[in-house]
Amino acid sequence: MRDVYVVGVGMIKFGRYPDKDVSQMGAEAGVLALKDAGASIKDVEMLVCGNLFQANAMNAQKILQQIGQTGIPALNVSNACATGSTAVREAYIGVASGMYDVTMAVGVEQMGKMGLLGGGARSGGESVEGVLGSGLMPAVFGQAGVEHMRKHGTTAEHFAKISVKNHKHSVHNPLSQYQVEVSLDDVMNARMVAYPNTLYMCCPTGDGAAAAILMSEDKIKQFTSKPIKVATSVLTSDPYTDRDLTMPDVNTLTQNAAKEAYEKAGIGPQDLSLVELHDCFATAELLHYENLGLCAEGEAGRMIDEGRTELGGDIPVNVSGGLLSKGHPLGATGVANIYEIVTQLRGQGGARQVEGAKAGLAHVIGLGSACTIHILTA
Amino acid sequence: MTHTQRAIAPMLRLPATPDEKPYLVGYRCPACNATYIGGNRVGCSKCTYVGDLPEVRLSDHGTLYVYSIVHQSAPGIPVPYVSAIVDLPEGVSVRCNLVDIEPDPQKIEFGMPVDMVTRKVRERKEKNAHGDEETIDIIAFFFRPGKD
Ligand SMILES: [Zn+2]
Repeated sequence: MRDVYVVGVGMIKFGRYPDKDVSQMGAEAGVLALKDAGASIKDVEMLVCGNLFQANAMNAQKILQQIGQTGIPALNVSNACATGSTAVREAYIGVASGMYDVTMAVGVEQMGKMGLLGGGARSGGESVEGVLGSGLMPAVFGQAGVEHMRKHGTTAEHFAKISVKNHKHSVHNPLSQYQVEVSLDDVMNARMVAYPNTLYMCCPTGDGAAAAILMSEDKIKQFTSKPIKVATSVLTSDPYTDRDLTMPDVNTLTQNAAKEAYEKAGIGPQDLSLVELHDCFATAELLHYENLGLCAEGEAGRMIDEGRTELGGDIPVNVSGGLLSKGHPLGATGVANIYEIVTQLRGQGGARQVEGAKAGLAHVIGLGSACTIHILTA
Repeated sequence: MTHTQRAIAPMLRLPATPDEKPYLVGYRCPACNATYIGGNRVGCSKCTYVGDLPEVRLSDHGTLYVYSIVHQSAPGIPVPYVSAIVDLPEGVSVRCNLVDIEPDPQKIEFGMPVDMVTRKVRERKEKNAHGDEETIDIIAFFFRPGKD
């Protein structure tokens, strides 16, 4: 496999765009990434579009129909919340395999106001949601947090502190859907959604798009003197664990992905300058401190107490504001994480810059389940 | 007008005679004993055995593993309620509503014994094979605090 580099990234501010359509937002992000790379759509040899809710709408092709129908291979992927990061991985494989020198990944989603409460479980025509427990994300991630409370004595306040931290970070990210600081009291006293997650501990829903241009080593010299290397790209599915089919296990597949990523990249958690991880709910972020090996098992509560994951701490997590503030347009999320890591490794983070950032990890989990980890290095 | 009972999901069995208790069923791998809720299985995802997984009757008594208290849900679903994961002695867990308990973390204990109960949750009118309208009572299972 060949080395792969990110040469351009682009992202539109996450928010609500009821008057735009999916391919338009995707095309806008694509144009931003091309401009950032100093490249043209004519340089791109393959386009991968990640989008979940319109997975059958041929959005990769529609993006080309907006910015250049060059006839290149264009494909559409969906993988729950890991849709965008799976698109990045497909673009990565295209270059790593030696088949292409320049590929583009676009992640885009229009959530409207449907949000994470859409859908709901049915069984043979009878609705079972709210009767046979809840299969919706707030309860699933509530239970995942409660499991950590049971095992390690973690408190609701520990989880609330995650939300305080990520909202504090968001103030410095102009592309974040929300840029509002909240206090611990605000978070603890907000409306309960599904215990222990209150409103501010659940990511907002919205629309958005992000894109990344990937290139081979041969090609980068034409475009940049500061390429960001993709040290590894890992994708796992959920292995069998005892309760996985009843209560999705978001931990084991992340642990497996982290182990593989650190081995393949030759980089350990102690070498990371920053992490963008999948904080769809505040509970999730805390679990992933342990799953990604940022701290020992059972130590995640202490880690947030000690401020280690704040900007200025020894391993800042979600300096972009995280999904909790930045927003979580499903297909765009995984590409937006890459955008943030690249921005940081280039030293372009402005007020949210992690000093001397050399290596960053982007983690995404899609329930069902799929987990991606990308480690990038300056 | 006749009332017919119908289980909300295939994992719940409603016996024909009223003196028999409703029960849950699972499917057990003959190779490794992993037990699954829900049929239509092609094989065992734990050990990769392929073939029939015989049905097993599950206990109506288990222990609470974890829960969440749902305060906000899709339209039409009454809140708050306790969504729980219950471990059964057959080595399988089931997702359910925990009832007859205050939806308050202070009142809910990890590992507490719980017992299954069934209740009618809704009804619907349907025409039967003879064209007569009948009422279908939809029966769901719940778990509530039980004895050790
Ligand atoms: Zn088996």
